[in-house]
Amino acid sequence: MRAVAANPGGVSSVGIVTPRRIAIERALTLACGQILPRFDLVIETYGELNAARSNAVLICHALSGDHHAAGFHSADDRKPGWWDSAIGPGKPIDTRRFFVVSLNNLGGCRGSTGPVTVNPATGELWGPDFPIVTVRDWVASQALLADHLGIDCWAAVIGGSLGGMQVMQWTIDLPTRIRHALVIAAAPRVSAQNIAFNEIARQAIRSDPEFLEGRYVAHGVKPERGLRLARMLGHITYLSDAAMRARFGRLLRDCDGAFNFNYDVEFEVEGYLRHQGNSFVDRFDANTYLLMTKALDYFDPAREYGDDLAAAFRAAQAKFLVVAFSVDWRFAPARSREIVSALVAAGREVSYAVIDSQLGHDDFLMPIPQYHAVLHSYLDRVALESGT
Amino acid sequence: MNARAKALRPDLALICDWIAPGSRILDLGCGDGTLLAHLAATQAVRGYGLEIDDANVAACLAAGVNVIQGDIDDGLTDFADGSFDYVVMTQALQALARPDKVLAEMLRVGREAIVTFPNFGHWRVRMALLRGHMPRTPALPAQWYDTDNIHLCTLADFEALCAASGWQVLERALLDRTHRDGLSIRTLPNLFCELALYKLRRPRAA
Repeated sequence: MRAVAANPGGVSSVGIVTPRRIAIERALTLACGQILPRFDLVIETYGELNAARSNAVLICHALSGDHHAAGFHSADDRKPGWWDSAIGPGKPIDTRRFFVVSLNNLGGCRGSTGPVTVNPATGELWGPDFPIVTVRDWVASQALLADHLGIDCWAAVIGGSLGGMQVMQWTIDLPTRIRHALVIAAAPRVSAQNIAFNEIARQAIRSDPEFLEGRYVAHGVKPERGLRLARMLGHITYLSDAAMRARFGRLLRDCDGAFNFNYDVEFEVEGYLRHQGNSFVDRFDANTYLLMTKALDYFDPAREYGDDLAAAFRAAQAKFLVVAFSVDWRFAPARSREIVSALVAAGREVSYAVIDSQLGHDDFLMPIPQYHAVLHSYLDRVALESGT
Repeated sequence: MNARAKALRPDLALICDWIAPGSRILDLGCGDGTLLAHLAATQAVRGYGLEIDDANVAACLAAGVNVIQGDIDDGLTDFADGSFDYVVMTQALQALARPDKVLAEMLRVGREAIVTFPNFGHWRVRMALLRGHMPRTPALPAQWYDTDNIHLCTLADFEALCAASGWQVLERALLDRTHRDGLSIRTLPNLFCELALYKLRRPRAA
């Protein structure tokens, strides 16, 4: 079992965690029409499910996230899970009160059924043949996971960015199975500009000579250059102009201050982007990246309701907390206001906080005091309601 | 947190008397959500608060009050026409960039508007001006250069705006700074009232 290291402030880590593979032996019909006869989801859980099974919280990950949201996999792990700042004993998503479930989504590349797992029909890796999944498909797969775990209704479903979109879809598709929806740094649908960035990322990957129509693993190669470029581009959109200026400015790597007159890394910001690109290539799969960006582009719950988002939310029963960050330009506060406005028009219960922030879209991962105060205040009530 | 257990400020208690049970309400500048929490607990009122301050937003969330963080001066564009029974704004009118426009917005999204403001016609204010200084009174303690109050008005000014805009005054309550009324206020309201409460309705034709 995991060790919990207590500290005097009462805030600590969930400690060492071990992922689990959950076999879902039920068929799932995807939006594209394909049927997965069965699938696996890799999950981590933190905290204990109470006897009433009323304190379960689902964490939905964003574009490049996975199940490892909190804690460490081993004692010599350098970095904790991607949202360790918010999940743990005494933290906003308090594991002394909530049973937290975090998964790697279908189509992911960290163990859940996806492009890097074996297609039982062929005995080969799925690779590019893995169907393009949608946010709605993810929610359906997460509902089957909830069934497996014996959770009828989540106390809360929480997600940032693409994760926030899954939260919204939960409230629309399964209104009786979610009590609170925490939609963070999200948008009701992506804009033409967002799709344009995604398309460049996809083109970068698909035009890499080592992409090989997505069958690169079979050929023992990887479209590293394309994936690296896609990630570098993404990182520009995760930071604000001011944050980049503050962090890198026009600083040069060489301290002598002279230009090199070549194309090596010269400005600090170039080094940063290359580092981000390189470390991403080591941990991520190109086919997964492609389908994740497509899921983003397709997300549009209002589409089936005559482009009326309020109509889409009319059947929702959850209470909502919508959070945006002031300098996020990828999913700007105005996009969150669209969500809030639709929820108000639909007569739903909603609160909205806009956090004065520094970085940009990436702020949703940061322990900004006001952000965590907002989450704490809201989730304390959720916990009380859940009887914990 | 039990809203019923706390004694409500007299001006807020008066506002509660003006609000029908079970109605939908928008509270502009809702602070820590005291009024909304009280109305939800005692009169089954549903609604939202609009609040700009970070600490107040967190306090509302902790109290289970629906709060939307934003600036009243940015308008009420998130809210459709007639989506509330009442739009309430306590002690914020005089700090707005365009009080007249916000009042019109309140009466667009709400059937009725309830608004409170400090009366700039109070005798202490007039005395200060007679002495040649911008007034600093118990109700308006800030200096002229650091005050948030940029659009102060008297009862007469406010009622002139209502008349010119065609807004119907449904209720009026005039209080001193301890939030009581009295003979002097009833006799010479614009001289003795420190805090004014009005309930308005939009003109029928609009």
